[in-house]
Amino acid sequence: MKGDYEAVIGLEIHVQMSTRTKMFCSCPVEFGAPPNQNTCPVCTGMPGVLPVINARAVEYAVKAALALGAKVNLKSVMARKNYFYPDLPKGYQISQYELPLAEGGQVVIETENGEKVIRLVRLHIEEDAGKLIHDEKGESLVDLNRAGTPLMEIVTMPDLSSPQEASAFMREVRKIMRYLGISEGDMEKGHLRCDANVSVRRRGEAQLGTKTEVKNMNSFRFVEKALEYEIRRQVQILEEGGEVVQETRLFDPSTGTTRSMRSKEEAHDYRYFPDPDLIPLVLDKNWVDRIEENLPELPRAKKERYIKELNLPPYDAGVLTETKEIAEFFEKVVAEGVSPKKASNWVMVEVMRIIKEKELNIRHLALSPSSLAKLIRMVEEGKLTGNMAKDVLDVCASTGKDPEEVAQEKGYEVLSDEGELESVVRKIVDEHPDEVQKYLSGKDKIIGWFVGQVMRELKGKADPRKAGELVRRILNEKKGS
Amino acid sequence: MDLYRLGAWQLRELLKKREVSPLEVVKALLQRIKEKDGRINAFLTVDEEGALEQARRSEALIQDVEQYPLAGVPVGIKDVLVTWGLRTTAGSRMLENFVPPYDATAVKRLKEAGAIIIGKLNMDEFAMGSSNENSAFGPVHNPYDLQRVPGGSSGGSAAAVAAGLVPVALGSDTGGSIRQPAAFCGIVGLKPTYGRVSRFGLIAFASSLDQVGPMTRNVRDAALLYRVISGHDPADSTSAQLPPHDVLDVVENSQSLKGLKIAVPWKELEGADEIVKDRFERVVETLRSLGAEVGEVEMPSFRYAVAVYYIIAPSEASSNLARYDGVKYGLRIEGEDLVDTYFKTRGRGFGREVKRRIMLGTYALSAGYYDAYYLKAQRVRTLIKQDFENVFAEHDLVIMPTSPTPAFKIGEKIQDPLTMYLNDIFTIPANLAGVPAISLPCGFSPEGLPVGFQFMGPLFKEDVLFAAAAAYEKARGEYFNRVAEI
Amino acid sequence: MKELSREEVLKIARLARLELEDKEIETLRRELGAILGYVARLGEAGADNLDPTFQTLAKPTPMREDEPDEPLGADGVLANAPRKKDGFFVVPKVIE
Repeated sequence: MKGDYEAVIGLEIHVQMSTRTKMFCSCPVEFGAPPNQNTCPVCTGMPGVLPVINARAVEYAVKAALALGAKVNLKSVMARKNYFYPDLPKGYQISQYELPLAEGGQVVIETENGEKVIRLVRLHIEEDAGKLIHDEKGESLVDLNRAGTPLMEIVTMPDLSSPQEASAFMREVRKIMRYLGISEGDMEKGHLRCDANVSVRRRGEAQLGTKTEVKNMNSFRFVEKALEYEIRRQVQILEEGGEVVQETRLFDPSTGTTRSMRSKEEAHDYRYFPDPDLIPLVLDKNWVDRIEENLPELPRAKKERYIKELNLPPYDAGVLTETKEIAEFFEKVVAEGVSPKKASNWVMVEVMRIIKEKELNIRHLALSPSSLAKLIRMVEEGKLTGNMAKDVLDVCASTGKDPEEVAQEKGYEVLSDEGELESVVRKIVDEHPDEVQKYLSGKDKIIGWFVGQVMRELKGKADPRKAGELVRRILNEKKGS
Repeated sequence: MDLYRLGAWQLRELLKKREVSPLEVVKALLQRIKEKDGRINAFLTVDEEGALEQARRSEALIQDVEQYPLAGVPVGIKDVLVTWGLRTTAGSRMLENFVPPYDATAVKRLKEAGAIIIGKLNMDEFAMGSSNENSAFGPVHNPYDLQRVPGGSSGGSAAAVAAGLVPVALGSDTGGSIRQPAAFCGIVGLKPTYGRVSRFGLIAFASSLDQVGPMTRNVRDAALLYRVISGHDPADSTSAQLPPHDVLDVVENSQSLKGLKIAVPWKELEGADEIVKDRFERVVETLRSLGAEVGEVEMPSFRYAVAVYYIIAPSEASSNLARYDGVKYGLRIEGEDLVDTYFKTRGRGFGREVKRRIMLGTYALSAGYYDAYYLKAQRVRTLIKQDFENVFAEHDLVIMPTSPTPAFKIGEKIQDPLTMYLNDIFTIPANLAGVPAISLPCGFSPEGLPVGFQFMGPLFKEDVLFAAAAAYEKARGEYFNRVAEI
Repeated sequence: MKELSREEVLKIARLARLELEDKEIETLRRELGAILGYVARLGEAGADNLDPTFQTLAKPTPMREDEPDEPLGADGVLANAPRKKDGFFVVPKVIE
């Protein structure tokens, strides 16, 4: 972007809630089922059917609202949004319009200039539409499995000023939803979708520019790419003396560009009105309060606590709080008495390496936090060397066995007899006079080579730190002679 | 014995004594339908095979009156209630061949009570109309005068019951669609309190007003059916949780109306025909003779009821009928592309009245008009609700004629929608306020056309309605249990 | 109230996806005008300060437990479809 322009971006995020059933009927919510398998008269809009709200969806949305610091409306109203499309079986979507479930709230994101608060306008619940597939004959196929899936819509103020901030916001929202356990947040499965309102203006100008609405950004990368393109496009128009047209534009991932959706040119008139099939949603204040009291610690609070109370570096705290599961694992290790920094190192480096290699969620790892704690203690007590411990960890991670048992099976034990270690060191030193000469002529690094020889001789059973100390002492003895 | 002349209760008694079998009853009615319905056009679908099959199966149930209070009793269903495996059209070309994969709750409850579903009854398309001339499958003729309308939109149900084609039927009432045809055809029609009978499976016209109710030739049959179909249904979020009263007991024990306070909003009745006023005045006399105190009240908001209704009902309808798009079921007229297909399917699949109301409702909800029409109408609705509340603070019931005129001629009003709409002026207030109302026959015009009046009660006070209706029936038995000679 | 303009009628018909013949448009201009003219009396009712009555039932909306039921499934749902293929509803080309 040219230096004298700035972008103003507001997002509308749709989050699919991970309920077992749909918003208004008892059909299962399931990804990848055969077409139209999870449907019934209600979610296919047959004549005479009526909606009944899923209590869990309401609970999840209230959780999200509270976690985002929004004000939950104890009375909210379901409304019909009327428009025709083949993936919308009733010819209207049940959503909320006036009196949404919650209003206000905020999300804090990290930017290159530090933290930034993104204010929220509202949060409401609604049902998803089905899916349209365009076939080669130019016809369209309609699958209503997704129709009626519970969604939450979160609308931000136009507080975002770059594509990176937009994707950071999305990531933060996803993290919070996952912490709350109310959405899987898998963008590829469409659990998280986003539309953006974008405009540009000359820096310092108070007046907002004409905005466009960009749709179909189905990954974090596409959010950034689409917005980058759209901002560039708008700046170019203005630079050339043109005017931005207010319209809806579709992002095309194959070209990385946005294009005008012509069929939507006809001005929308959704004719919202309160759904007469659903009485206003009235929530019990005590119920809402209980949900608030039982909210889990959220990622930002956790991160701050790790920094302040556990004295972890901000980087560690960030990595460990990236998912709730990793944080919980880490906390359990610490609860076993391991020092936070040690626990952090092991979890961040070794455990995360293993789950990455195995493409596992940490929940499905065979290794328990207490096993890891035990392993760390064994290293601290000098019973295992670092390399041994990594080997043991790999076995524990895939078998769930006790680390002590694994160490025994592998025959791992650290030579605790200093006399034996010393005699091996002396033997190696005596056998390699050339290398000793190199040391004596000032090549200090050769010590590492000696330690390697000692470890090989002892099949790794020595504590390399101790071996190093001994090598140095014995070589130094040679200096004097 | 002419079985077709008997009501549900009477049939039930004979069946239980094994003086007749369900099969004989069903065969007698199928015969009657074959002979007479050609002139009335009340049935859209006669499920002959299904009815005979159900009759055979109900043999085993007829002794268990508690569990199967309607065992062996044939019932006609307005074609706006979906029936599993039995074509349901809503009187529209749009659903000409639609076979639902489920039963409406009211239908399911009838079946569970042992009733035999004999067929589906004609109606104004999507329940929009006051004359049954808006059916895509031809008008229904009033059994008392075949040149005249039976009323609407439950015209097929009313005509079938009046002509003895079925002992009882279900209708639906959004602005008078049970009561007005009941009045035009000389039968009993109950619109229960909104929320009393599940709307699940009732093809929606105006969701905040629609209610299902019984249409019968006597009060006891109405109570019998009402008891079966009413009660909470978890599939309908607007279904009330209150347990319904044992109205059969109420009907049984009703004698005098001593102490009952009945209100008449005389000022609002000025537009009624002289003959209607005359018959209504006789009702007042009868009620006084039964011990009721009848006094005048003012319900000035009623003069806005038609205007309120013809904004709210079409608005809800415009949205409710959006699902008929030719994608999932029903008629499709293929166009050049999807949008063209929508336009052709809906433009040709809906009849004139339905299109008119969709247009009206779309207009009232559209940007820039919502506040002036839809929201304003809902505010005035509050005024109507308050008028009822005020009157019911001092009175037990309100009475009015059901319709300002007896049945009019087929074709007489169809060219002028506004005049047609004004025919609903006495029935609409009860729907807007949600209160229960029952229309009862109260005599005939000199030309032999039935005239009706209605009791309206406070929310969920169907028991009071039934007590008054039963007492009136006892006093004026000659207007009840009549079968039109055709 | 006077008649609706032809453009107004066509705009509503577009929103409602209704194809109208010329004769119908003319009739609707008159009829809708007459009905809306009658409805204008709502302005005299003096209800502007009242809350709207969207529903007559005074109770909170009931909610369902999040327990799945057997769905009807593709065969049942598609039984009435005007056109279907491989478990899908088929519709003419959607222009985007």
